[in-house]
Amino acid sequence: MAQTPISVTLDQIFVLLRDWLVHFLPAALRPFAGVVLGVVAIAAVFPGLFALTTVFERKGLGRMQNRLGPNRVGPFGFFQPIADGIKSLTKEDIVPTNADAVVHFLAPLVLVVAVFMGFAVLPVGRNMVLVDMDAGLLFFFAMGASTELSIFMAGWSSRNKYSILGAMRAIAQMISYEVPLLLSSVTVVMIAGSLSLTKIVEAQNQYTGIFPHWYVFTPWGLASFLMFAIAATAETNRSPFDLPEGESELVSGYFTEYSGFKFALFFLGEYLGMFSISGLGATLFLGGWSAPLSFLGFVPSWIWFFAKVMTAIFIFIWMRGTLPRLRQDQLMNFAWKFVLPFSLLNLMVTALWRFMDGGWLRWVVCSAILLGAYLLMARTGMHRKHFGPRSYRYAE
Amino acid sequence: MLGEGIVKGMLETAKNFAGSFVSEERLTTVEYPEQRIPTAENARVFPFLVYDGPEWEAGLRCVACQICEKECPPKCIYIEKSKDKKPDFVGKMQVYPTRFDIDVSVCMSCQICVEVCPFEAIKMDTEFELATDNRFGGLLLDRHELARSNEYYHGIHPTEATEVDARLAEEKAKVEAKAKAAAEAAAAKAAAAEAAAIAAPKPDAPATGGD
Repeated sequence: MAQTPISVTLDQIFVLLRDWLVHFLPAALRPFAGVVLGVVAIAAVFPGLFALTTVFERKGLGRMQNRLGPNRVGPFGFFQPIADGIKSLTKEDIVPTNADAVVHFLAPLVLVVAVFMGFAVLPVGRNMVLVDMDAGLLFFFAMGASTELSIFMAGWSSRNKYSILGAMRAIAQMISYEVPLLLSSVTVVMIAGSLSLTKIVEAQNQYTGIFPHWYVFTPWGLASFLMFAIAATAETNRSPFDLPEGESELVSGYFTEYSGFKFALFFLGEYLGMFSISGLGATLFLGGWSAPLSFLGFVPSWIWFFAKVMTAIFIFIWMRGTLPRLRQDQLMNFAWKFVLPFSLLNLMVTALWRFMDGGWLRWVVCSAILLGAYLLMARTGMHRKHFGPRSYRYAE
Repeated sequence: MLGEGIVKGMLETAKNFAGSFVSEERLTTVEYPEQRIPTAENARVFPFLVYDGPEWEAGLRCVACQICEKECPPKCIYIEKSKDKKPDFVGKMQVYPTRFDIDVSVCMSCQICVEVCPFEAIKMDTEFELATDNRFGGLLLDRHELARSNEYYHGIHPTEATEVDARLAEEKAKVEAKAKAAAEAAAAKAAAAEAAAIAAPKPDAPATGGD
C-alpha cells in the first residue's frame, strides 16, 4: 500500500473502501455483499445528484431569464430540494376513482427501477462498474426501452384524456427516437468491436501526444454524438422535445393524475434517465472516465466521469432555457426525415472509416461525405419546410 | 442554414447567463419583502376613513349619511348612526357613525363609495399586506381600524388630497362667508333696528317739536 502513489489510491478509493468493508464478512458472503454495497452507492449517489441538479437547474434557468432563481431556503437557496422533498412526501396521494389502481401504483415504481437498472452497467470510474457485462450496451438499451412501458402504464391507468394523450405522444416520440439512438451507438460498437462498455472506454483511453482518442474527435464520431445527443434529449422528454409532458397544453401529460410521492418518483425517474443517458453518451463518445488530456491522468477517474455527466446536464438545461417546444408533426418529421437517414448514412461512413487505411485520406473523405450530406439534407429540408421555421396557414 | 438559429439562441441565453452574474441591471426582479418599490399614486386597494386633527374619533369626517352603504355593490359596508350630534369641520352639528364596518373580504375595490361620498370622508388606501390568520374577524375592519389621518392621506395620494383640502377650505370659506354675511346682515338688521329704535324717537322729537 505504501508503494502505490496517492493518485492511484484516490482513484481506487471507493473500490478499496468496498473491499475493506467486505473483508469483515465470511468469504462466502463477500461477492454478494460487494454487489449490495455497489447498489447502495448507486442508489445514494444518483438521487443525491438529482437533488443537486434540480436546484442548479432552477437557478441556471433563472439566470438565463435574468432572474435569480430560488434563493430563500438556506444559503443561496441551496436547501430548496429539502423543502421540495418534505413537501412532496407530506402531500396527499390522490388516486382517481376510475383509475386502474394497481397499474397506477406500479407505473412510477417500474420507471424508477428500470432507470436504476441502466446504471448497473455504466463504468463510473476505473474498475468501478457494478456488473461488467459483455453485452452491457444491449442491456442498457433494453432497460432504457422498458421505461416506455411505465409511461404508457401511467397514462393508460389514469383514465384521463390528458394523461393518455401525453402517453401516446411519449410512445410515438420515444419509439421514433429509439431508432436513431441505437443506430448512432452502433457506430461505436463497429469501431470498438465490443458491446462491453468497459472495453469501449478502454479503447478510448489512449493518447496521441497529449490528445485523447475519444470517438467524438473523429468525423463519424462527431456526427454520431450529435445524433445521439438529439435522440437522447427526445428519449428523456427534455425540452425542446418535451411534448409528452407539455405543461401548457397537457397539464404535465402522463403524470397529470399523480401527486405527492408518486409524482416525485416520476420526477426522479426523469432526472435519473438524464443522468444515465448522459453517462452512456460520455462512455461511448467522450472517453467515459478517461482524462481529457494525457497529463491530467492524476485526477481520479470518477471525477472525470461525473464532470462529463454534469457538463451534459448543463447542456440539457441550457437547451431547455433556449428552445421552444416543437409541434408533433415537426418532431416526427425531424426524427424520420433527418435524424434517421443521417444516422444510417453515418453507419456507412463509419464502415468506410473502419476499412480505409489510417491516414489523412479517410479524414477528408469521411468529413466531406458527412458535411455534404448535412448541407444537402438541410437545404432540401428547409426548402420543403419539413423542418425549420414555423409557417402559419391561417394566422396571417 | 439548419441549426444556425439554435446556435444563435444558445449564444443569447449564454450571454444572459453570464451577464446576470456581472451586471446588476439585468436582474429586474424586486426581492419583495426586503426591497420594495413605492406604490403608484393612483393605486387603490380598500377604503379607509379620513379624520382631521389629532383625535381619530373626534375628527372623523363621516356623518353617517349611509350613501356609501346603499351604493356599495357587494354590500360590504355596515353603518350605525349615533343618537347625539357633534360639530363637523365647518361647525355644523351632524350625527356621526357609532359603528362603521367594512368587510374587506367582500369589498371589490370598486371605489364607488369614494365617488358618492359628499363629505370626502372615505378614500382608497394603498395598504395591501392585509393577510391575517383569522379569516372572519381579521378581515372585518371597524371604524378605528379604518381611521387614517389626513396627513396619511396626503402621504399616499398627495395630488388628490391637496385638491380635496382646497375644496373643503373653499366650502368652509363659503360657509364662513355666508355666516359672516348672515351675521353682518343680522348685525345690520339689528343695527338698523337699533338705529330705528334710536332714530324713532328722534324724528319723533322734531316731529313733536315740529308739530
